[in-house]
Amino acid sequence: MSISVNEASVGAEKKAPDYLDQLEAEAIYIMREVAGQFERPALLFSGGKDSITLVHLAQKAFAPGKIPFPLVHVDTGHNFIEAIEYRDELAKKIGAKLIVRYVEDTIKAKGLKEQTGKNASRNWLQTFTLLDTIEEFEFDACIGGARRDEEKARAKERIFSFRDEFGQWDPKRQRPELWNLFNGRIQKGENVRVFPISNWTELDVWAYLKREGIALPSIYFAHERELILRDGKLLNHTPVIESDPEDQIVTRQVRFRTVGDMTCTAAVESSAATLDEVIAEITVSRISERGETRIDDQQTEAAMEDRKKGGYF
Amino acid sequence: MDLLRFITAGSVDDGKSTLIGRLLFDTKNILADQMEAIERASKTRNAGEIDLALLTDGLRSEREQGITIDVAYKYFQTPNRKFISIDAPGHIQYTRNMVTGASNADLAIILVDARHGVVEQTRRHSLIASMLGIPHVIVAVNKMDLVGNSEDAFLEIAKSYQELAQKLAIKDLTIIPVSALNGDNIVDRSTSMNWYTGETLLSVLENVNVLKDQNLEDGRFAVQYVIRPQTDELHDYRGYAGRVQSGSFKKGDLIKVLPSEQESKIAKIEFGGNEIEEASVLESVTILLEDDIDISRGDTIVSLNNAPIVSQDIEALVCWMDDRKPLKAGSKYILQHGTARSRCSIRDIEYQIDINSYEKIDEVDSLKLNDVARIILRTAQPIAYDPYQKNRANGAAILIDETSNVTVGACMIE
Repeated sequence: MSISVNEASVGAEKKAPDYLDQLEAEAIYIMREVAGQFERPALLFSGGKDSITLVHLAQKAFAPGKIPFPLVHVDTGHNFIEAIEYRDELAKKIGAKLIVRYVEDTIKAKGLKEQTGKNASRNWLQTFTLLDTIEEFEFDACIGGARRDEEKARAKERIFSFRDEFGQWDPKRQRPELWNLFNGRIQKGENVRVFPISNWTELDVWAYLKREGIALPSIYFAHERELILRDGKLLNHTPVIESDPEDQIVTRQVRFRTVGDMTCTAAVESSAATLDEVIAEITVSRISERGETRIDDQQTEAAMEDRKKGGYF
Repeated sequence: MDLLRFITAGSVDDGKSTLIGRLLFDTKNILADQMEAIERASKTRNAGEIDLALLTDGLRSEREQGITIDVAYKYFQTPNRKFISIDAPGHIQYTRNMVTGASNADLAIILVDARHGVVEQTRRHSLIASMLGIPHVIVAVNKMDLVGNSEDAFLEIAKSYQELAQKLAIKDLTIIPVSALNGDNIVDRSTSMNWYTGETLLSVLENVNVLKDQNLEDGRFAVQYVIRPQTDELHDYRGYAGRVQSGSFKKGDLIKVLPSEQESKIAKIEFGGNEIEEASVLESVTILLEDDIDISRGDTIVSLNNAPIVSQDIEALVCWMDDRKPLKAGSKYILQHGTARSRCSIRDIEYQIDINSYEKIDEVDSLKLNDVARIILRTAQPIAYDPYQKNRANGAAILIDETSNVTVGACMIE
């Protein structure tokens, strides 16, 4: 009898922790494991909302010190200018080291062949530049903003995801990941991709951005823009997207739900101009983030799995 | 709103993936494009009706073989709680994945096929759930529609499961008759089993108290990283970054650093650079001490009057996870416990546990993939641990192969 009285009183005096606090504490723990276990980590930063969240978490993890690793961006040259400006400003503001490497340079140096045609994208070429950058700086861990709710192959990936010397992911030989004991031991030349917000959903990220009062690039909010209407999707009207006779050029009020390469990131029609409005819109949305806006994932059922095996994030 | 992590385990064809699909579907967590993708895939695989199981099969080989190979995570929410569902494969050779998934679970759903009752795999999954210290277990007796929704059939299975549970340390057990296919007693109460008056599966998931499961007594804090800004204004700043594994800490608390046994007092606790009053279990904070003592990653800060065991000799239950090399007495590995790593050697395999009969097998020379045994090991440096069943966070450890760097064993220290 006395036991149950005790248990009840424990439960009553202590409030259940909020899920955002739990997710935040877990992500900070993971960031600190990276700093503690690796010699030369890097944080992959694109100026998108997930990597903005990562930078914020890293600041919290190491305050009052600076983030003990550089921010790295693989720039396809086809990124939204708003995201690039945000990237540069943030790095300056927090005094972080920013390393940018360009897909364009890799294409020239290696004589890579770009995709052509109406849905051509440099998205898959990013992998080459990423692997070169890892080699150049001898990064042993790269922190990324991927989430397991994004896509089916990602739902199976570890938080510490081991990559061999070719950057490849082997889904059948993943290290068991138990409790919160992350095994980051590697040989020289190998590296680990680390995903601190693996357990966050899209909505969690938005709720967290709001709670923490984090500013975002303007393209995440509703604005008028000239777009290409193609196969039911709205793409940014830009010279980097090869035009097609079937394309219609339209002006719409839109926002972007993800901020990737312009060639494979579609806009959604929206009037949501504030964080609250965006959250309300996503809450009732019946279509998933990648399904709505990512053209790269829809090519085959295993598109992401295949890219990951090749070294992509 | 808080977060519950649960694992589902069952034999092949028990309908695990269908159960998760059903939970997502009935709680309106499946989005339109995901639904369309499932409909498309259901047609190409001649599955007839919409196959909810396809929602959790992520990898190409899984879809091809219609099985789940790896641990998969799904996220959903109801107005009362957020859930992380961990789907562990039922295939015999993938038991290590259930151990992996179970290590972070607050609750386990063990599926039993109503036509077959308690089978070998049910015994195995239940042992793993209890060995990994999962506080709450739900036994979902699935496919009740295929036994005519019979109360007698259910009661018989419930009785045989309770007998099994008595041999294990399951703290909180609920047995529910369900049909994942028809959605009976998953989210909505079944109209075909009016004799069942207990809770639905979702209702248990929404209402179990997981805060009570945490160890709130023993103050343990494994140091992950030392923050030393070394700037002009923060010249002497030295903060110990880590996560409270159990118990809590506040300013002024007397502490001890292990394994060095140095004592000090907490000068300040910070979170994100701001001072906070108290740090509780699972919070990631930074601790500053009054004395300038030597502390680095791998050390544990504990409450002064409540210390864990500090020893180089450890007895543990181990689940072996390597399919390439067996564990042998005399072999050397790296033991990772908290943030500490130490070389260790396996002194002895005391006995193996038959995970189906729960019997002890003596005189075992080596362990292969999925074997469970009690071992004695000796570490190069002392380890500050608590028994796993008393403190999951500070009683867990992994074994790492020194040459391949692969995680090869899961240890629950006794």
